Amino acid sequence: MPELICSNLTKTYGKGMKALDKVSFSIPALGIFALIGRTGAGKTTLTRILATELMPTSGAASINGIDVVNNAGRLRDMIAVLPQESRAVAWLTPRQTIITYLMYRGVGFSEAKKKADSALRKTDMDRFANTLNEKLSGGQKRKILVATVLASGAPIIFVDEPTTGLDPISRAELWEAFKMLKKDHFVFLTTHYLEEAERLADRVGILHEGKLMALGTLDEIRKLVKYQYSIRILGKKDGIKVKEGKKTLGEDGYLQIMTTEKEADALSRRFIKGKIRFSINPVSLEDIFYSIVKKPIREEEGNGKQEEW
Amino acid sequence: MGKSVLSQINASILINAIYAMQGYPAMLISNLLSPISIIIIVTFASHGSLLGEAVSGGLITAFVGGGLSLQADLAHLKNDFKLQDMVVSSPTSAGVYLFGMAISELIFQIPSIITLLALAFFFVHATLFAAAEVFAVLVLLYAFSIVLGFFLSTVSSDILQSWAFIGILSILLTTIPPVYYPINYIPMPWRYIAYISPTTYAAGIVQVSLGYLPPSQSNIALDWAVLIALCIILFVIAVKKNRWRDV
Ligand SMILES: Nc1ncnc2c1ncn2[C@@H]1O[C@H](COP(=O)(O)OP(=O)(O)OP(=O)(O)O)[C@@H](O)[C@H]1O
Ligand SMILES: [Mg+2]
Repeated sequence: MPELICSNLTKTYGKGMKALDKVSFSIPALGIFALIGRTGAGKTTLTRILATELMPTSGAASINGIDVVNNAGRLRDMIAVLPQESRAVAWLTPRQTIITYLMYRGVGFSEAKKKADSALRKTDMDRFANTLNEKLSGGQKRKILVATVLASGAPIIFVDEPTTGLDPISRAELWEAFKMLKKDHFVFLTTHYLEEAERLADRVGILHEGKLMALGTLDEIRKLVKYQYSIRILGKKDGIKVKEGKKTLGEDGYLQIMTTEKEADALSRRFIKGKIRFSINPVSLEDIFYSIVKKPIREEEGNGKQEEW
Repeated sequence: MGKSVLSQINASILINAIYAMQGYPAMLISNLLSPISIIIIVTFASHGSLLGEAVSGGLITAFVGGGLSLQADLAHLKNDFKLQDMVVSSPTSAGVYLFGMAISELIFQIPSIITLLALAFFFVHATLFAAAEVFAVLVLLYAFSIVLGFFLSTVSSDILQSWAFIGILSILLTTIPPVYYPINYIPMPWRYIAYISPTTYAAGIVQVSLGYLPPSQSNIALDWAVLIALCIILFVIAVKKNRWRDV
């Protein structure tokens, strides 16, 4: 099984700013890996180091046994990268954008033309094939760049926030495109859309202030948090006794109770008896994310006492 | 050269020359005018006596200017479009990227070079040997300025910084050195300032070989040695200190 291995990867910018702090992990280099984390967490830094664009301060990393620092040349034959802040070059058309990128990858001009046309068709951008990039909308420009790395056919793809700024339909289209790659490609993706990570990723990593806080399949990281279940009740303002768990009143008027499997079981029995309408789900990535990197605004740890709302 | 390396070189030429010209033809006109404008000034100010010097100076400026504008182009592509990041992580090496970009810059200079060569044909009288020597100096100067431009573009983080680099370099490489007139027009001790600039040595060689400067006023062998040494030093610094891969 091909693997991505990081050991004690550390990046200090300039003299002080520690953006990555001894990050160590290993994951299969196959399928989709989503890296999430708050703004400034170090996602781009990690992505750029693995994509051979940035030197780490210390530590090591390898993909399929190829060292990203010392053997970057070999790795570059296999990877295609969409940097977070990439913009389609203003004076090129989408078609020229893809063609020239493929040429940098060593593909001949006529072959590159064919691949570009097919990538434009697949991303539903063929209508704009010959429009100057500077005349495209922000989301269209982003889509062109995603199409560009997809056209590369590289077995390993790094995409740093590929769907930021896209409408829901375009985003779903790109999700489909990424899903198609799952079987025989490795996609390393960062995102602020937790739904995107949840839907696409085989594995998720949560980075916080330069440290890797959680890593694994969704089920695996769910086990890392205290409460695995989420119960939602609309507008239930009177006291609900929760032995073990966390209650949050959301702005949407729903009361959310995060709790353990056992307590969820007990609560749902009680709600059914009391004819209280509720929904129960395993905690979402969003809940996990919150509980790992930040406490939500209004919350109370259940302590068995009667509580007023 | 492998087929894929040719593709990689062509990619830079397409992005930075062919497609750019299609998009912004005004760039061509601007490149054409910049060396010619000074020729006009020098020629009229000297009542025509420095026409030959001005034309050869124009050629030098055109080749030095290539590196300066390359610096801005590359910094723009790198900082505003993140093209460098996409290329760094591709199979294209820094050297191949730079070679392609150097040719793209030369393509932009073609109209001004042709104009200058036409002027040189009529107003500069050179032996075959002198012409070859001038050609060699221009190639070396171009290599120097391209490598310098590439190096600076990789360390520049914004276009404002690039403009500052251009401002400093154009003074160092085209204003201080006696490009459009012989060095003995500069009184001592000011002449020593001119010797800070590598272009001064290039201009010395060109002016002696074209007969604008008496050989006694300049030491050709020393000029060549300094010029080549500066090229080597710069090349070593650029290879060691460039930020092709970010740190
Ligand atoms: N070139 C740089 N020089 C100095 N500090 C930097 C540089 N790039 C990033 N940083 C710092 O490193 C930290 C991590 O930045 P990084 O870009 O990796 O975060 P991120 O998780 O990608 O954030 P975002 O979600 O906003 O893209 C930040 O605190 C940032 O200020
Ligand atoms: Mg980022």
